[in-house]
Parts: sequence; structure tokens; C-alpha cells
Amino acid sequence: MADGSVSKSVTDHANSIPLDGIDVSNPELWRTNSHWPYFERLRREDPVHYCADSMFGPYWSITKYNDIMAIDTDHHRFSSEAHLGGIAIVDQSDDLRFPMFIAMDPPKHDEQRKAVSPAVSPTNLQLLEPLIRERAGKILDALPRGETFDWVDRVSIELTTQMLATLFDFPFEQRRKLTYWSDIASTIPGPGQIVETEEAKYAILLECLAAFTELWNERVNAPPTGDLVSMMAHNPATRNMTPEEYLGNLVLLIVGGNDTTRNTISGSIVALNENPDQYAKLRANPELIPSMVSETIRWQTPLAHMRRTALEDVEFQGKTIRKGDKVVMWYVSGNRDDEVIENPNAYIVDRERPRTHMSFGFGIHRCVGNRLAELQLKVIWEEILKRFPVIEVVGEPDRVPSPFIKGYLNLPVRIPA
Amino acid sequence: MPVVTYVEHTGAEHRVTLQSGVSLMQGAVANNVPGIDADCGGACACATCHIFVDPTWAERLGGRNDMEAAMLDFAEGVQETSRLACQIKVAEDLDGLIVRLPAAQH
Repeated sequence: MADGSVSKSVTDHANSIPLDGIDVSNPELWRTNSHWPYFERLRREDPVHYCADSMFGPYWSITKYNDIMAIDTDHHRFSSEAHLGGIAIVDQSDDLRFPMFIAMDPPKHDEQRKAVSPAVSPTNLQLLEPLIRERAGKILDALPRGETFDWVDRVSIELTTQMLATLFDFPFEQRRKLTYWSDIASTIPGPGQIVETEEAKYAILLECLAAFTELWNERVNAPPTGDLVSMMAHNPATRNMTPEEYLGNLVLLIVGGNDTTRNTISGSIVALNENPDQYAKLRANPELIPSMVSETIRWQTPLAHMRRTALEDVEFQGKTIRKGDKVVMWYVSGNRDDEVIENPNAYIVDRERPRTHMSFGFGIHRCVGNRLAELQLKVIWEEILKRFPVIEVVGEPDRVPSPFIKGYLNLPVRIPA
Repeated sequence: MPVVTYVEHTGAEHRVTLQSGVSLMQGAVANNVPGIDADCGGACACATCHIFVDPTWAERLGGRNDMEAAMLDFAEGVQETSRLACQIKVAEDLDGLIVRLPAAQH
């Protein structure tokens, strides 16, 4: 069973309910990590599946690797546009818009993406690597031995937040605001959530905008520097962004660089603990780290899906997707498609072609930060292996109850004294 | 069977005999030529098989297709001679082809 944690009753349910009763978007499936058999059934029996009713409205599920690839690369017919609902299964709220290039189509998408992509060019990454290593080292050296602590908070969040602060050249001592704003931006407001209404969410994000506007004002008339704010302030494509667009792109970069990397760092600890033979193999062969990084990104799939909206009627694999329909590409399912990936549910740190996975998406929206994510993961594991023979998971993590962000709220671990 | 030479950024050369019909990407990956990542497996979807075609060959190979051009738009260090290796199929008349690899795939 994928991840070894789905009960027989869940599997039986997934295999017996009528196909049109399957709704993989249910947050409970994600909180309990029990979506796997539903996707297996869909891949097997109804790979392009219409769910007529869900908390997010009706939507199509695309569950197989090659079908997802086909739609991801067909940006002419499957739009990312925010005003059509955006790129997640939950429609972007009507009146509170964050224009961000992930949720734009060409030509505007292309212009804005090109303004930020130099920040994560191979050349820039080479410059960032020593800093990432130094910070990873400090974080790891400060960890307690012989006692339980939360890996998510002490390592995953801390490392990725420091990385973001560096990329933006955001005041280092205030870096946890970046985490806070990212969590707010990613939350669907509701009772009991960290923010309960759309209005409250927007008000908090306006504080984010204010802080970054101050940075913009400091840097727009200064000589250009290598941080993301300065890049956006100096690039002709983004120099005249509206405040809403600036906020949107900030949110994109903060969220894009935050949860995903965070949850993969956490996921690597989970995966290795569930597969101790792989942990042993990695320890004995640190040159496998880059391969293990890709395999973890595949196995974790930190963004479970990306969504598109059909711009016209499309005949696809025997189904008719109508103009305006919501189409959800389930990367988490494509990454377990045994027609493309051999033994896909297994976590194998030295598998052949580990880079064959969909976690970064494909086509013109393919994750612009993917090499930065890989770099952070590679460095943290190089530094971990230098220091700790083992990091033990000592309790069940709480998982993010979201069909979008596939991650861990906490992860109790212990490093032997 | 055509012989293709892949030249790394360092200048190191890899002369490889390829079957007609495979793509330059497949040829590189199958023969362990370093410097081609091919994350998407050849679907023109990731731009990590970026190569530079020797100018004397560019015309014979034809130009970039639309999707290839769109993806190359986001690659690093793109030049006039840039192509995506997955979009070029090896044929007998490409015997002697020389392509150069970038320092890194984005």
C-alpha cells in the first residue's frame, strides 16, 4: 500500500463505491493520508473522471502521468488565468485578487516570469550555495540531542524561511513574518482556521504588501542588486506593476518557495524512517543525495495538484471536457502511475531516472524555483549526514488537511544523544 | 549509423554512434553524456535538454517548433543556436553533427 498507512476499510471503500461517488478533493482524505486507493481506482477505471459535486464545485480529475503531461503543456486550451479561478481547485476569490504570473497566460505570464527567473539562475545558485550551507549547519548544530523536538518547526520551516529572507533580502530578524504571510496566503479562510474570513486574510496580506513596498522604495532608485525585490523593481516588465500585482507576485514567490520545500524536507525524514534500508543505503553512499532528493520530491509531491480551466470544449481520452470546466491535474497520482514509473509506491533512493516525476509540473509554468529547491535539499542532507547517524521519527505527524498542499504540520523526532 | 559529437561546456567531447530515429536527447541519455537532464523525458515540456547546434548544421536541422520556442524562452543562456535536444531526430544525413552543451540545465 502506498506509504504503508491506508487501512483495509479505506481500500475496500475506495474499491466499492460507485465511481461517480468518488471525490478526491475531500480534505479529510488528505488529513488522514488515505487518498491513495481512490487514485489507484481512478487510474485503473476512470482516469479522466468527472466529479459532479464537491466542496469546490464540479471538477475533472486527471490522474495518469501522460494525460497530466498533455494538459499541463496545452496552455492554449487549458488556462491558468486567475479570473477563471486560478491554479488550485479552490477558485480564487472573486473580488480579492492577487495577480501572480502562475495564474496568468501568455503573453503576460512570460514577461513576468522572465523578470524573476534570473534570481534562481544556475549562476546565482552557485553564489547562494555557501550561504545555504552555512545556515543549514547552524540550524543543525543547534538541535537538541536525546530529546523529542518538532522537525517541522526547528528545521523545515527555519531553513526555508531563512532562504526566502535571503532571496528577498528581507530583514533577517523578521523572517518569520514570511512564514506567517505564506501560511495566511495558503489558508482557505473558515471557522477554526488561522484566518477566518477573506477580509481578514486580505488585511493581513496588505501588511505584507506594506513591508515589501518599503523595500521597493528603498531599492527602486538604488543600483540593482541580486535580490528579488530589486530585480522586480528594475526589470521593465515588472517595474510598473500595480500594488496588487506586486503583492500577487510576492505571495507567489513566498508561497512557492515556502511550503513546498518545507514539506519536502520534512517528507525526507518520514520517507527514510518508513524505509530504513534506504536510510542505511543513503548513509553508506552520500553520493546518492541528489538522486534521493529527486525521489523525495516525487514521493512527497508537495503540491498535490495544479488546476486549469478549459478555454473551449476538448475531446480528451473519450470524454468531453466543456469550455469553462475546472480540470485538476493530480500530480500526486501521476507520480504513482506504474505505466510510467516502475514500482512507483516504493521509495528508492537510487532508482533509475529519479528525475522523472511531475512534482514541478511541465510546460511554460514548470516550477521556476525547482533548482533552488533541489539545492536546499541537497545541502541540508549533506550537512545532516556529516553530523547525525540517524534522525528518528518518534510519533505520527499531523498532516495538512488540504488537497493542494501535501505536507506536515509537525513531525516529532529525536536525535540520539 | 550517424556519429554525433556532444561537446561539454568544459570542452570534453563525447563521440556517440546513434540509431536513426532517436532524438539527440535520447542519444545523450542512453550514452551517459553528462549535461542533459531531460526531466520530462522528451515531451518538450521542461527545457532541460538545452543544446547549442553548431552553426554549420543549423540550417540542415530546420528551426525550432512553436512549443520548443516557447520552452526555450525560459531556459538560461539561450542563443541563436539554441535548440531542445528532444526535438531533433537523428537521421543518416546528420552524420558528423556537433552539438555543444551549456554549463548547466536550468
